[in-house]
Amino acid sequence: MSSPAEIVGGDAARSAPSSVRAPHRSAARLRLRRLARKLAFAFAVAVIVSPAILVFLWMLSLSLKNELSNMTYPPVFVPDPPTLANYVQVFSENSMGLYFRNSLVVSGFATLIALVVGVPAGYGIARLRASRTLVLILIARMTPALSFLIPLFTVFQFLGLNNTLTALVITHLVITVPIVVYLMAGYFETLPRELEEAALIDGGSIFSTLRYVALPLARPGIVVATILSFIFSWNNFVFGAVLAGRATRTLPAAVYNVLTFEQLAWGPLAAAAIVVTLPVLLLTIFIQKEIVAGLTHGGVKGA
Amino acid sequence: MSRSVATITAAAPRAGFILRRRRGYRLLTIPAMLVVAAVIVFPWLFTVYMSAFDWKIGQAAHFVGLGNYAGLVTNQRFLESIVHTFYFTLLAVIFPLVLGTAAALIFHRRFRGRGVLRAIFTMPMMATPVAIALVWTMMFHPQQGVLNYLLTSIGLPPSLWVYSPKFVIPSLVIVEVWHWTPLVMLIVLGGLASLPTEPYESARLDGATEWQLFRHVTLPLIMPFVVVAAVIRTIDAVKAFDTIYVISQGGPGTASETINLYLYLQAFAFYNIGNASAVVVVFFAIIVALALLLLHVRERARWAA
Repeated sequence: MSSPAEIVGGDAARSAPSSVRAPHRSAARLRLRRLARKLAFAFAVAVIVSPAILVFLWMLSLSLKNELSNMTYPPVFVPDPPTLANYVQVFSENSMGLYFRNSLVVSGFATLIALVVGVPAGYGIARLRASRTLVLILIARMTPALSFLIPLFTVFQFLGLNNTLTALVITHLVITVPIVVYLMAGYFETLPRELEEAALIDGGSIFSTLRYVALPLARPGIVVATILSFIFSWNNFVFGAVLAGRATRTLPAAVYNVLTFEQLAWGPLAAAAIVVTLPVLLLTIFIQKEIVAGLTHGGVKGA
Repeated sequence: MSRSVATITAAAPRAGFILRRRRGYRLLTIPAMLVVAAVIVFPWLFTVYMSAFDWKIGQAAHFVGLGNYAGLVTNQRFLESIVHTFYFTLLAVIFPLVLGTAAALIFHRRFRGRGVLRAIFTMPMMATPVAIALVWTMMFHPQQGVLNYLLTSIGLPPSLWVYSPKFVIPSLVIVEVWHWTPLVMLIVLGGLASLPTEPYESARLDGATEWQLFRHVTLPLIMPFVVVAAVIRTIDAVKAFDTIYVISQGGPGTASETINLYLYLQAFAFYNIGNASAVVVVFFAIIVALALLLLHVRERARWAA
């Protein structure tokens, strides 16, 4: 921390000449410098944002072109004419509707169960100030997903649950419960305690205080936890790839298993990729600000 | 004597009240604890247990004690997978840290369209990794891929990308950097938002240049956040799976086979559960060691600052 002090108390000799020299600079040169600086900044913004835009645009372009223009070299960038044939083909030749429904069921139930057990737990942890409990959550985050999968796979095998959506929902709790507990504990800690104290002193039970006082205040936090938990569950690939059967595949597992092996055409593959990731991107845009806040504090990511 | 009895009787109901309250809060955490016990703690213990057996699914299990671990020490393929993992992790931590910090400095400024551009910048992090990996697979294609077109159009020689044993890991790192630089940006941006303004004002009054401001004021202040980002990035990079599995399957040959991919093959291609469990235990030890190492660095950095 000595460095700021150096500058603060630093040599007045160096700062003096610059203030003397300033009036001598012509106004035009100053404006030119400011313009150059602005352009450089705009250039930096463009450089840093363009990879994100370009990959998504290329994905869209691939999905809207026919196979002929996808295979020509040099590549065709703008689809001419754009066609929805790839999307039609993906939906007609595969049970995309079924996979979509599987993903919705698995991520939906995994998120719902996580909220039911995770929101009260987050509240309890916040009010007990039991931040040490969160270490367990951190350890869960550090553990590779595959290491949960081996024992659970063996147990599901034993119970005859492999290839069922139930097994997938249970496994996805590995992702959703830590996210919800972690985010909700953090959120409840930021809520003022006075109202709760008043309710408790008036003879309210802890449960009713949570239900009628804390929960309504925590709604924004619950929304963020729900959406992030849903997204990371939706994005999960390996659980579905290992545990699901033909009829119970989630979208990411289906896109990899069904499409890459059975059809190597780029157009339908890109179209399927967009179908998988579009719901998530729409959710992201929808609650952009809250997601930024939630992720900044938690550094949360699925298992 | 009588006075102490009075204090005890007065304090007792209050202590009971607080105790009852704590019990109530603890009760709320029980359902979640049960779930965590079932899907996180139980698999953990089961893994450690299974690592002591020579067991393939469908066959009888034999107790081998530390035999699986002893086998790993001399397993060339496993040892190479550790090297690949460290190489991949090193690159996939350094580049997102540098680029993410730069991006955070940019998005910390106010400019027109900042909200929209920041939203676009963070999109890769939320996109489904498998879907994105498929698109990158097409972009890496040596003949028809758009990346080689871009390289040759600026006069560079085309690359084999993920089809070359030499370039496969750096190529996979490109995808990883694309994916996770936004997470670093968000963490560092959170740090920048919490900075005090006074040191800047006084430093500016003293005529410090932009670079001096960054080097001697901003960087030391955001360092704790950069280290947190480094810890998170390291954990995630070591565990990277989807991208590698979809794009290269660990190939060509075993050139990009990381610990996680080796683990997957052992468990779900060969159903070699005992051996895979031992790999998991070693893998987890490596992750914990790396995280602790980085946190140690963080502590030292704090003392130095």
